[in-house]
Amino acid sequence: MANYSTNEFRLGLKVMLDGDPCSIVENEVVKPGKGQAFNRVKLRNLKTGKTWERTFKSGDSVEGADIMDVDLQYLYNDGEFWHFMDQQTFEQQAADANAVGDAAKWLKEEDVCIVTLWNGAPLAVTAPNFVELEIIETDPGLKGDTANGGSKPATLTTGAVVRVPLFVNQGDVIKVDTRTGEYVSRA
Amino acid sequence: MTWQPSAPIPHLTARAKLNRLIRDFFARRDVMEVETPLLCSSTATDPHLQSWTAEADGRTYYLQTSPEFCMKRLLAAGCGPIYQIGKAFRREEHSRWHNPEFTMLEWYRPDWQLNELMAEVEALVLNAASAFGQNWSPFPRLTYQQAFEDCLGLNPHQASAATLLQLANHRINGDFSGLDRDGLLDLLTSHLVEPALPKSGVFLTEFPASKASLAQTGSAADGTPVALRTELYLGGLEIANGYQELVDAAEQSLRFKADIQTRQTLQLAPVPYPSHLVSALQHGFPESAGVALGLDRLLMVLLNCEQIQDILGFPIDRA
Repeated sequence: MANYSTNEFRLGLKVMLDGDPCSIVENEVVKPGKGQAFNRVKLRNLKTGKTWERTFKSGDSVEGADIMDVDLQYLYNDGEFWHFMDQQTFEQQAADANAVGDAAKWLKEEDVCIVTLWNGAPLAVTAPNFVELEIIETDPGLKGDTANGGSKPATLTTGAVVRVPLFVNQGDVIKVDTRTGEYVSRA
Repeated sequence: MTWQPSAPIPHLTARAKLNRLIRDFFARRDVMEVETPLLCSSTATDPHLQSWTAEADGRTYYLQTSPEFCMKRLLAAGCGPIYQIGKAFRREEHSRWHNPEFTMLEWYRPDWQLNELMAEVEALVLNAASAFGQNWSPFPRLTYQQAFEDCLGLNPHQASAATLLQLANHRINGDFSGLDRDGLLDLLTSHLVEPALPKSGVFLTEFPASKASLAQTGSAADGTPVALRTELYLGGLEIANGYQELVDAAEQSLRFKADIQTRQTLQLAPVPYPSHLVSALQHGFPESAGVALGLDRLLMVLLNCEQIQDILGFPIDRA
């Protein structure tokens, strides 16, 4: 991988830091009129999601991280791995629980997800912003209760639990915003 | 839509007003406005400043990082007190607070001491502030040493490089083993000391002698060698840098040669030895105080802007 000098730092650049791949989320140059310049950088560790703060002397360079975001179709879960497929090449990738993380509760077969590859292997999975999932369990609702704006928990096929309006019933398919985990509408 | 200016028109109007105020200020004080070339045969030698170059007819010209050299040549020629509002250029300086091309107000007072010039800087800035409806108080004077002691509890003139490195490693994330003592002082200043300075403005004085640049060195009250140099900070931003100007041609020549040597060691772009300036000093240069003030930044503070793009019509990425 190429090395990047501080003057090539920009938001979204993927670099290696302490052995982990990171993405630059903030880059501020501190440059006295007379004196040494520094880059104060915030980086998100793509493995752990944690944000690191690091200062580099201007002119320092860091190793780039081989990171690629690809659109892959989710196929199935074999109990240990989640399997994805590239719809053009039919090449398959298996992601473990670490990589899939919280996205697991939104994954529906045949949905297309963003899979972040590090050195060609899945590092993280981002569910589609909106998914449509069926409710497998919720208390029976009462018609006419919508005016109260009340809500109740509903369990979806993936195991995820979301708050839904009272008029939504078991067996309904609903649209959920995966970034907030909130009910959007009935599908 | 990048054809449009990034600053709103009222901010450009504010700049016009500020320029007018400055010209009135100096006219009242009989300081002459001058113009000096932006393209010159030599440039700043400071290893931390990188100049833009322009090639023509087999010769290299340097866009000036400040008008200092030519203005000092005018002083040596006996022009009396002078000021200039002009563009300055520095490569690789592009951030919320930097644009590679920026506007500098620089002025020189022959026969003045640095503290007299500080009072004039203060008068000019407070004058501008009141014209912009800001009610600012005079700026306290704080020595570099006091600022370090208040913030970090150590004496910046005496602490060893090892002590500074240990503190830097403890307080700031990064690998700083490659920095020399001056670099470590810059690191601690920019990350810890500057953010703790009063936002309402302060003159930092008595810099370490190693940071003299083109300033004279002298002694603090306790005999510590210091640079006769000051920096005005406003809103946490470095606004102005003033010197009791070095008049000793031999000393200036040595500093230029040391810089050129350092640039070679660090594999930085070589710059020519500024022989015109050294000749001017040899001819005889009046004891002077001089200051450079970043007008874009002053405008940012006057208008409460967070980034330089807000007061520039066309920053580098739109120019």
